[in-house]
Amino acid sequence: MNSIPIEYYLILSAFMFSIGVTGVLIRRNAIVVFMSIELMLNSANLTLVAFSSYLGNPIGQVFVFFVMTVAAAEAAVGLAIIIAIFRNKLTVNIDEINIFKW
Amino acid sequence: MGNIIINDLWSFLKPEIFIAGGIFIILLADLVIRDNRKAIHFTALIILIAAFASALLQMGTESFIFYLGKGNNHGLLAVDPMSTFIKLITIFSTILIVIFTITSEEFKGSKFKSGEFYTLLFGMLLGMLLLSSGADLIIIYVSLELLSLSSYVLAGFIAGSNRSSEASLKYVIYGATSSGIMLFGISILYGLTGTTNLYAIHTILVSPHVNYLTLGLSILMIFIGIGFKISAVPFHFWTPDVYEGSPLPVTAYLSVASKAAGFALLIRFIKVGFISSVGTNGFWNFYENFDWQLFLIILSIASMTVGNLTALWQNNVKRMLAYSSIAHAGYMLLAIAVLSEKGMLAFLVYIAIYMFMNLGAFYAVMLVANKKGNEEISSFAGLGYKNPYLAFGLSIFLISLTGIPPTGGFIGKLYLFIALLDGDMYWPALIALLNTVISLYYYVRIIKEMYLTKALDDTTIETSKTELTFMFALVAPILVFGIYFTPLVNFCTNFVRILGF
Repeated sequence: MNSIPIEYYLILSAFMFSIGVTGVLIRRNAIVVFMSIELMLNSANLTLVAFSSYLGNPIGQVFVFFVMTVAAAEAAVGLAIIIAIFRNKLTVNIDEINIFKW
Repeated sequence: MGNIIINDLWSFLKPEIFIAGGIFIILLADLVIRDNRKAIHFTALIILIAAFASALLQMGTESFIFYLGKGNNHGLLAVDPMSTFIKLITIFSTILIVIFTITSEEFKGSKFKSGEFYTLLFGMLLGMLLLSSGADLIIIYVSLELLSLSSYVLAGFIAGSNRSSEASLKYVIYGATSSGIMLFGISILYGLTGTTNLYAIHTILVSPHVNYLTLGLSILMIFIGIGFKISAVPFHFWTPDVYEGSPLPVTAYLSVASKAAGFALLIRFIKVGFISSVGTNGFWNFYENFDWQLFLIILSIASMTVGNLTALWQNNVKRMLAYSSIAHAGYMLLAIAVLSEKGMLAFLVYIAIYMFMNLGAFYAVMLVANKKGNEEISSFAGLGYKNPYLAFGLSIFLISLTGIPPTGGFIGKLYLFIALLDGDMYWPALIALLNTVISLYYYVRIIKEMYLTKALDDTTIETSKTELTFMFALVAPILVFGIYFTPLVNFCTNFVRILGF
């Protein structure tokens, strides 16, 4: 059975990573920024799993479990902080969160 | 070799075990004696002192622990002199931060939950301890995130404060993005080498089959994560905002301990991953085709120049100290960029003194802010007459941060320049010297405000005897090490070694 070559996975994950970085840079809603960050983490996960299966070495898949746990914790902390700032300022637009400048 | 022996864990992981146990003890204590805040402070101090003592006891030990799989002779954690030194620094600064917390006015209200605060603080400390001895990219990533996640929450710890929650949001967005980029770099590095262990990566990189372009890209991405932690330019944009908005004890902690842990990671990453051998004269040799020295020098010069120049026109002392800490990160990075054992020694001496002087400066600023409610430079006007002791202490800290004798800061700079000249790095040394001169301007500006400007109002700034005693306990080592520095340097010399080199 012919399997999908590893390049396809890598191109897909590089593409996902680029979408994530672009999202962080251009979106102004804090929640969407967090979604983009999750996309970055997941693209790294995809790379790890793809390499792990290509190299026949399980460490990459072990790593992915840790990354998923960390990503969940990061989302929880991030959303809690967004709620804290929403209570204070009634907005989650990161352009309007601007007390500190230069 | 392949088995984990409980005895081994106990003899090499004591500080981590104490801190991890401490998290549970504090959580339980918070349930039982929630109203007795003093008891919780006291419990935290006891646990930290026990951890510090156990870290002192494991001085000089060198070993891998936690082996992944059979027949693998590289462990997940490397306990060695360098990591022990960083552990001593981080635990000691945590002890000082507990004392900051007790006297901080921001943490006096009924809203402050000391149990949660210490749980997060200990979580952060545990992250740093593991980071400083992490020898595997999995451990490094997870402990970096443990450190970061706890510090995001601590930055926004004052509920209902606009400034604090803004600092926290900015921190979490910058932090999560940079660690995401770092993780992508790690995943590429894993693909290139087929392992996540730094020591195993070292042996694989010797072979000429690695694609250097891809390798360079992945290392660059990992550097973004490390650069974020040590707040080196151009990854520093979060630093001033987060430092200004966070509660002062947390700012002080971020500026010393989390930076020390970031540097420990940087040193291990460079030295274990990419140094082929250490020459007889103490210089580290890179692999062929892989010379990152120029990259490190450029980063460090950019850090000190941008940090010092931007600090010049800050009117908030906390923000000024944030830029000054970027500049100091530049000096320390330059010490590492020499890539020699002498540079390592300079770094260790520098960070030990930096801990005392930077925490001391933040403590003195906190004592003023406790009474004034802000850290604007105008709040310091006339402090030399209102409270001469406090003004004297703060002046010593600022003079030491500039690096003028007879303070400890001078010794830190002295060893840095010795290492630079030893490595024939004349241009970077000259630029660092010019930067020291620039930094004199903004440090002296605070001293001038304290002694030469008339106070705008008659509010007195009173400090209790205990607060002053504690501040002078931080002044003392700076003055002592400024004159009698041989013991400190000898002490640091014991810690230059890294496992495997």
